[in-house]
Amino acid sequence: MKIERRVISVIVLNEHGVLSRITGLFAARGYNIETLTVAPIPGSKYSRLTIVTSGSPRVIEQIIKQLHKLIPVYKVIEHSELVEKEMVMAKIPLEERLSDVEALCRAYNGNIVNIGKDTAIIMAADEPSRIKNFIEALKRFNPKEIVRSGVVAIER
Amino acid sequence: MAQMSGAQMVVEAMREEGVEVVFGYPGGAIMNVYDEIYKHKYFQHILTRHEQAAVHAADGYARATGKVGVAFVTSGPGFTNAVTGLATAYMDSIPMVVISGQVPLSMIGTDAFQEIDAVGISRPCTKHNFLVKSAEELPLILAEAFYLARSGRPGPVHVDIPKDVTAQIGEFDYPKEVRLETYKPTIKGNSRQIRKAVEAISNAKKPVFYLGGGIIHSNSADLVRRIVAATQIPAVETLMARGTLRYDDPMLLGMVGMHGTYAANMAMSEADLLIALGPRFDDRVTGKLSEFAKYAKIIHVDIDPSSIGKLVHVDYPIVGDLKAVLEEMAPLIEQKVDPERYEAWREILERYQELHPLTYEDSDKVLKPEWVIQRVGEKLKGKARISTDVGQHQMWTAQYYPFTRPREFITSGGLGTMGFGFPAAMGVKRGVPDEISINFSGDGSILMNIQELMTAVEYRLPVINIILNNNYLGMVRQWQTFFYDKRYAETDLSMQPDFVKLAESFGGVGYRVKTKEEFDEALDDAISKGVVALIDVVVDRYENVLPMVPAGGSLYNMLLEYKD
Repeated sequence: MKIERRVISVIVLNEHGVLSRITGLFAARGYNIETLTVAPIPGSKYSRLTIVTSGSPRVIEQIIKQLHKLIPVYKVIEHSELVEKEMVMAKIPLEERLSDVEALCRAYNGNIVNIGKDTAIIMAADEPSRIKNFIEALKRFNPKEIVRSGVVAIER
Repeated sequence: MAQMSGAQMVVEAMREEGVEVVFGYPGGAIMNVYDEIYKHKYFQHILTRHEQAAVHAADGYARATGKVGVAFVTSGPGFTNAVTGLATAYMDSIPMVVISGQVPLSMIGTDAFQEIDAVGISRPCTKHNFLVKSAEELPLILAEAFYLARSGRPGPVHVDIPKDVTAQIGEFDYPKEVRLETYKPTIKGNSRQIRKAVEAISNAKKPVFYLGGGIIHSNSADLVRRIVAATQIPAVETLMARGTLRYDDPMLLGMVGMHGTYAANMAMSEADLLIALGPRFDDRVTGKLSEFAKYAKIIHVDIDPSSIGKLVHVDYPIVGDLKAVLEEMAPLIEQKVDPERYEAWREILERYQELHPLTYEDSDKVLKPEWVIQRVGEKLKGKARISTDVGQHQMWTAQYYPFTRPREFITSGGLGTMGFGFPAAMGVKRGVPDEISINFSGDGSILMNIQELMTAVEYRLPVINIILNNNYLGMVRQWQTFFYDKRYAETDLSMQPDFVKLAESFGGVGYRVKTKEEFDEALDDAISKGVVALIDVVVDRYENVLPMVPAGGSLYNMLLEYKD
């Protein structure tokens, strides 16, 4: 069966241990987590998790059903009509040509956000597939450290 | 509204929930609660001799009565001992609330004495669990625990209460009704789907009812009997559904699966429509999935959407409470379905039944375990509840005992927990005191909770344990015979206690029997004495459970006999 990538948003009660219920479910049933982000939903008692996972259609269907079955899960959103974004930060040595670095960042909705003694910190926020390209392009500037946020998504 | 301690709240909540018995074992972290139990007389507390047995007893009570079973244990080892009980109940969807003590909130995370991350451990083997952070939230959590345990697809719920929370004073305002925004089980089935399913039944040529444990949990055996009688469609039962149809129902082909009857397994393999009512397509039923019911369209009714389509593609999924769905379905079926239609199919299956009936070779030299079970059935049919442990004796009981009604057969199906039978049978006896409580066990299983002889004697729970003793860990021995060239690695249990003296030393009665006459005498004597009994029945060492579908094999490829 075809393995497909899927972004699933899960709205959960913001309570003790809820994240481990979700990750425990994925671990126990052998499902993949590529990225996972979580933050409270402003002005509510809920949090929103965004999980990027992959599997055959039957596995994806089971993941969604099993998530629904968890008691603190309020809603599972598995739209394919999602706008996805991911953020990445990196440290670039000051010896690199920062004007080139900045131009690259701009092309990916980013910029230089901090300049320290030895390194500049840059960021970019874009679609996950473009972030991959960005990281590839960044390599020529010898990044010392790269931090990715994981995907967040919202329905169209 | 009253001010009281967390410990008092626990006891008051039991009263609100109508709990009549709690099985448990005290310890440091739960002493405040036990102090309240000492003061109140709302429910009986049964002190088992091991926490695992407390949970199995609560489980047996729940299976026999349909009510929520309750067990109390302390923190650390008290809780870890209870885990097998939770997992057993979880796999079979049994409603239960287990309350454990925990170290005080301020000490959580410090590796304190008898501290363990209990909710971390119980998370994958409960329907839900709670760590209580204050007495204030305790009434609501307990009410939610009972509600979650019994509603939707039932299951065990674990509530972990730190010791200082049981000492805190708070307001006790027990909710009359629980509503959870994030949990709303579907009760009513989709009417259009139901009509489509009935249509499919009326168009099928070779339909089969595939009856599962959900029928027992939802108390819908009467409706199933009505529909089976109206349609004259043959039916198979899973282990967990035994007793849905009477053993002598002409439509019943017997149990399905690894040790199912030839006719039941062939019916599944050749059917053009499976009407699956509350089963979960367990691997012990389906065998090799790609060969399972491969000519059949499938109707699957289940309250748990994640059960539907998990392993097998379903053509007519119906999510809902089985009882509600069948109430809607029954009149439609009676209107639309003509039982004549399946006459040819019934004839085929009758021929299969005649070709390979469930059978064994009786002997006058040595007792056959199948005979013992049949004999108990002849004497106690419809008058006893039958629990089992796990292994060969369990499968023979499922095959040969003449079940007459739901909740008559109490067995650990999903987890397959050895040591389940005896404590469960105590819980059964407590729940249904007017009936005889039998536990069929093996010489392996019985020793896994033998300490419960003391509990059963103390609380006058006269369980009759019938040990089908073959001096082997029989089911593993059978696999070694069939698949491991008779290399009997660590399955020889010839080293045994004197079960008669063992029973007597606890204040029960013991018998060792080798013949049919001796067995009859022992059983009659145990019943008339009304005390806890161990009947050690010496049976054929090398009897095998047949038919057998080898693990991973196709359902239609059964070993029907074994010749040495």
